Amino acid sequence: MPTTVNGKKEIPFKGVNKYKPKGTKTSPHISSCIDYPEDGNKVVKNLREALKKAGLKDGMTISTHHHLRNGDAVTNQLFDTIKSMGIKGIRWFPSASFPVHKHLIKYLEDGTIHHIEGSMNGPLGRYTSQGKMNGTGVLRSHGGRYQAIQDGEVKIDIAVIAAPTADPFGNATGDRGPSACGLLGFALADSEYAERVIVVTDNLVPFPCIPWQIQGNNVDHVVEVNSLGDSSKIVSGTTQVTKSPDRLLIAEYLAQFVEEAGIMKDGFSFQAGAGGTTLAFAIFLKEKMKKKGIKARFIRGGSTKYLVEMLEEGLTDYILDGQTFDLEGVRSMRENTNHVNTSPFTSYNFHGKGNFASMLDCVVLGATEVDLSFNANVVTHSDGYLLHGIGGWQNCLTSKCTILAIPSFRDRIPVIVDEVTTLVGPGELIDVIVTERGIAINPKRKDLLKIMKKSDLPIKPIEEIYNEVNELCGGKPAKPKINKNKVVAVIKWVDGTLIDSVVEVEE
Amino acid sequence: MNKSSAGKRGPKVRSDCYIEITKKRSGGIRLNLKSKVQSMYGTQIENQIFEMCRFFALRHANIIVEDYGALPFTISARFELAVKRLAPSLECEFLPEFNKNNSYKTTKDRFRRSRLYLPGNEPKFYPNAGLHKPDGIILDLEDSVSPTEKDAAQILVRNALRSVNFYGAERMVRINQLPKGLDDLKYIVPHNVHVILIPKVESADEIKSVENKVEEIKKQNKIKNKIYFMPIIESALGVMKAFEIATASTNNCALAIGLEDYTADIGTQRTTEEKESFMARSTIVAAAKAAGIQPIDTVFSDVNDMEGLLKSTKEIKLLGFEGKGCIHPRQIKIVHEAFAPTEQEIEKAKKIVIAFKEAKAKGLGVVSIGSKMIDAPVVKRAEKIIELAVKNDLLKNNWINNY
Repeated sequence: MPTTVNGKKEIPFKGVNKYKPKGTKTSPHISSCIDYPEDGNKVVKNLREALKKAGLKDGMTISTHHHLRNGDAVTNQLFDTIKSMGIKGIRWFPSASFPVHKHLIKYLEDGTIHHIEGSMNGPLGRYTSQGKMNGTGVLRSHGGRYQAIQDGEVKIDIAVIAAPTADPFGNATGDRGPSACGLLGFALADSEYAERVIVVTDNLVPFPCIPWQIQGNNVDHVVEVNSLGDSSKIVSGTTQVTKSPDRLLIAEYLAQFVEEAGIMKDGFSFQAGAGGTTLAFAIFLKEKMKKKGIKARFIRGGSTKYLVEMLEEGLTDYILDGQTFDLEGVRSMRENTNHVNTSPFTSYNFHGKGNFASMLDCVVLGATEVDLSFNANVVTHSDGYLLHGIGGWQNCLTSKCTILAIPSFRDRIPVIVDEVTTLVGPGELIDVIVTERGIAINPKRKDLLKIMKKSDLPIKPIEEIYNEVNELCGGKPAKPKINKNKVVAVIKWVDGTLIDSVVEVEE
Repeated sequence: MNKSSAGKRGPKVRSDCYIEITKKRSGGIRLNLKSKVQSMYGTQIENQIFEMCRFFALRHANIIVEDYGALPFTISARFELAVKRLAPSLECEFLPEFNKNNSYKTTKDRFRRSRLYLPGNEPKFYPNAGLHKPDGIILDLEDSVSPTEKDAAQILVRNALRSVNFYGAERMVRINQLPKGLDDLKYIVPHNVHVILIPKVESADEIKSVENKVEEIKKQNKIKNKIYFMPIIESALGVMKAFEIATASTNNCALAIGLEDYTADIGTQRTTEEKESFMARSTIVAAAKAAGIQPIDTVFSDVNDMEGLLKSTKEIKLLGFEGKGCIHPRQIKIVHEAFAPTEQEIEKAKKIVIAFKEAKAKGLGVVSIGSKMIDAPVVKRAEKIIELAVKNDLLKNNWINNY
């Protein structure tokens, strides 16, 4: 584990809830309204002009958000522009990256971008794992990103916020316009803390843009472009429930577990992602709730059509939404006052005065690997390659019952392993894993073990599932060949300490 | 010919592999392995290939392995096939270790409500099939396997019978239509197959020829356990000969109907009302019951229509059928639900079982409820209903203590 990363001293992980950063929150320089046009028109002619006015220089930190997902064209255009201006050594600080950003590999190669601090998905992860990036990648959770901004670990020089609708003053929203994406919550911190803020939109409306999710008073410049990207990839028309019988079996086990463990009761709350298995879980849970006449108080989104249906059928009072995954989610948020647009940092921020995440009765997440101590990995695969970001995953682990829904193996790749390739979530925070081969309850949760003693569900020790999968796959998998001396990326815990590192994979 | 190949390749292939062998006169074994799980299992795959080369006395060859996460039983099946395609007269078999979980036996009258068909040459469906808890799993060598891959399926199914955990499901194989199906038997009989499904049967002689061949292989391999047959009737002639077929062997445990081929044979097609198959179905039920075996219905082919499946299964239950074919794991639960006894049936069965128990305790030879005498078959049926109710979670195992 390195002690300095990209030339900065780092604090090693001290344990869950063992470390609290001290001091005061950071803040941008004082701005004055008299420096901005009195008519409120901050539109400049193009991105290049805006970057120039914002004082773009070599070595600066530029942030973007990921609400446009795999349809994002703005980030790629942004770095095309930066390259054409001859700027070098940028630290790119996205809230997440997607495969569409493989376009940026050439800028990592030519030095336009020095390194990435954010998620490194797909091709960018592979590039990083091969040890090709100049600096060291830094992976943070969504909440960890906000924490790093607030306590001054990362200072954003210029935030570029793609906005599906905006006015010339910089008020902006994501819930409408041809490139509608739902929320802009992950850009909130950037708009408040960056030195300069540029809003980029393909749907410029006269002042005022109602509603505004990003407040124009924080914005320096507004740029109009033809298109923010490929709308079909920004929000999928419909999110797809899994058709895999094995994943549906996992989803059924999940719903039955939540019912039998007494989590599903009047006034309860839960969060489940938009993956195929967790969507199916929501559908099975809904049937059970209907049958027993049980109503949730709130569901924490990522919202989808299936959660919207629960809201509209009266099975929950509210959806507290952090990001919207499909068009039904976007519509519902626009039309239904009980589908509430909330900042992700109501739930995820280590420097918040409390978090919604720890109030949730249960949360269902995925993982790439889980080990015999219930430690879990979401960023690398067992072959050592960095392939995913952390997202809100680490932040959700504080729920009252954290359940990981995972297949016990993928093709010939065991998911239950003796030791995770990369530690992202400490086992003490993971209560239950649900696989198609059985359900393992963390021995620390004696209460759950007791409640589930008489259940018909296949509840077994994690070792039993581990042994079965190893037998199936023909023995324990070998560890990947790695260069232990070359750290390519580090993983941050929610409090800003270093919990693990990712090293170069030797091909 | 000194070059052969086996298995599947391409970007969509999963849990399978492609193997190509080119025999050489010298130079030893040159293995070119590309695997999706190279860093985790690359060495193991290499060792497995070298071990098999030694087993088949293959000394000089260029071997290409493209692996898409195939499990060991699949790799060895593909390799053996590639070797045998080079040397078709080769008799020896490379048998994977017999999984200790697979040695359980079956009984003639066990439940056969659901039987899940798995295509014989598609290994990715194998390891998890039993987790969906069908009463039986059928590894299919017949219609789901293309004519050019029949040899591949034989070896893969043999390896699956040995290696794959069936999680307690009855172990079934559907062989090819006779006479080809007789060649399939040596790949399955020595490996604890429970039930052999014989397709497109039209005469008692076919059953007898299977029986003779099975006995021959059992003798050769010193196998003692029972192997049962489930003839499938799929033609007008088969329907007319149903009773003769049902009684052709004491090893018959069930008689099934296959409606896709039957409706084609009588010159019509399957409709949702299913009037076209009423006579055939009822004939099968009567023939099976007369022979003292289980009548089993055809598959339901629309995997997206769960309501249709439930309705259809409830209907055929009323016709007298005791099982239904499944082509997707999600159908299993629905079929079990349809075959679940009703509340009235359970209550009646409870009374009979209790009365029987009391009569036995008192040493009475005759069971009666009130003034009504209860025959032994009625008691047996009641016990079946209770068992089914417990299986469907409608009754606790220890209900009798709380009665």
